[in-house]
Amino acid sequence: MCGIIGVIDRRRQCMDGTKIKEALASMDERGSGEGAGYVAYGIYPDYKDYYALHVFFDNIRENKAPLDNLLEKWGTIIHDEQIKTYEQPGLRKVHTPWRYFFRPDRGMMPKSTTPDEDIVTHIVMKVNSERNGALIFSSGKNLGVFKAAGWPEDVANFYRIQDYQGYLWLAHNRYPTNTAGWWGGAHPFNLLNWSVVHNGEITSYGTNRRYIESYGYKCTMYTDTEVVAYLVDLLVRKHGLSEKMAVRALAPPFWDEIDRMPAKEQELNRAIRLTYGPALMNGPFAICVANENSLVGFTDRIKLRPLVSGESGDRLFISSEEAAIRRIDPDVENITMPKAGEPVIGRVIA
Amino acid sequence: MKTLTIDAKDIHYTPLNQQIRAAIADGAKEITLNNVLGQRFIGDGLRGDDVTITVNGVPGGDLGMFMSGPTLIVHGNADHAPGNTMDKGRVIIHGSAGDAVAHSMRGGRVYVRDNIGYRGGIHMKKYLEKRPILVVGGSARAFLGESMAGGLVIVLGLGGVPPIAEQGVGSGIHGGEIFVRGPVDNLCLGNGTKQAPVTEEERAMIRPIIEDFAQSFGIDSTPLLAAEYTRIAAVSARPFANKYTLE
Repeated sequence: MCGIIGVIDRRRQCMDGTKIKEALASMDERGSGEGAGYVAYGIYPDYKDYYALHVFFDNIRENKAPLDNLLEKWGTIIHDEQIKTYEQPGLRKVHTPWRYFFRPDRGMMPKSTTPDEDIVTHIVMKVNSERNGALIFSSGKNLGVFKAAGWPEDVANFYRIQDYQGYLWLAHNRYPTNTAGWWGGAHPFNLLNWSVVHNGEITSYGTNRRYIESYGYKCTMYTDTEVVAYLVDLLVRKHGLSEKMAVRALAPPFWDEIDRMPAKEQELNRAIRLTYGPALMNGPFAICVANENSLVGFTDRIKLRPLVSGESGDRLFISSEEAAIRRIDPDVENITMPKAGEPVIGRVIA
Repeated sequence: MKTLTIDAKDIHYTPLNQQIRAAIADGAKEITLNNVLGQRFIGDGLRGDDVTITVNGVPGGDLGMFMSGPTLIVHGNADHAPGNTMDKGRVIIHGSAGDAVAHSMRGGRVYVRDNIGYRGGIHMKKYLEKRPILVVGGSARAFLGESMAGGLVIVLGLGGVPPIAEQGVGSGIHGGEIFVRGPVDNLCLGNGTKQAPVTEEERAMIRPIIEDFAQSFGIDSTPLLAAEYTRIAAVSARPFANKYTLE
């Protein structure tokens, strides 16, 4: 059991983190105090063209210089600083969070056609799999993940997320069941501009992991959810699927349902299932995926975890509980339960 | 009659439920909770056939769990599993409810005016003279009455929504019965179930329940009583006798 909530403002009007904290904390019973986190989009407008790398260092003296050297080998660090944190009685600070604003330098690789995103992905995978006391847990542009092992309100106060202004937020309250809770295992999981929060467990993790690792991604967080971030990156960014088709691949209709579809639909759905069989996710899940332009929520095909959506003006909300949405906006309308396996999607229009 | 109003704004469910219990112990018969928002377990384990609790707002999950006697009236939507393992009494929801409504319920009634989520009536059972009843005014999602062992579910499809449009109705059922207004597509039926039009005896049996439901929400029962119904139940007394596969 976990608690999730996400909100997107279609006109990119920003909200500070106060309400999202209250909403997540109202679902404290869905967690166990072993992990909580937030991601906000639009928080670094001054550095919006740089990859904002958020890093957990075990030890600044020993672990920071090697990461600086690696980043400088690939590009330019325009600015870096310790992420401001504020001591909380209920939270033990076992890592030092740091942020870098970084850009791969094309001049260093004159004939390379490798996109910047692949270079950043390579750096993230390399750092996280080497386990040298540094973990890059956020690597998108103009966005940042803030997470730790603790209760939602403690983690929010630790980072003072009320000081950040974002037009899209995801938040997660963790109840780890299969692996131990730790800072890197808290949600959201992020790669580039993709962020994922998840309630449930992905029982097909082994298959999904083998599949995604065959494309060069490395699973290093000791928990299932990170495969979702990498699968979405592969399917949408690299293979060019729409968000809707990506959800179709991850949570496809059953074969007997496909058999009853009109011919054209059958062909498409068969192709998706056959092409992306190893990306199919089994087990109970309710998931929110975000990038800089959209928020997508969906559940497993037989709806083993709760998910509701609601709308208010330009804002779309998705959460485990209606009450959490109403904690942000009491007048939210169109409270809906998305159909199992079918996405609810909010997009920016400005 | 002794009444009490509690402002539940920003009160955690533990002190809220303690206040409710103290009020009932003190002889309160009508309790109103205002500004409820997400508090779980409201009314859990309460006793007292003559107690009515009105919930104004959106309560959290497991409303009225293990409750035995009181009436809970909700003006708002309920979350997951209202009426979970309820023993006696009533839960009347003027709105919709989440997944697993009436989960493992063994007595009393749950009325939901609008729609319910997935797995409504899962594991409902009857016990001695007790027979739980779930009535849904709007629609129910997939796996309605999953693994049902006893009791009664009625889905009316009011407001122009089809009462049933998804798979797995009665999946794993071995007792109890599900009545749906209008015809039901066989594709919606779960393993081990069969459907048939209602008989006159069955119609007479559900009539007072539908009348009571309609009265609870101020709905005209005439078209509901005149409508055709489909009854869904287990194909045999023990459809899953051969372990977990259908014989």
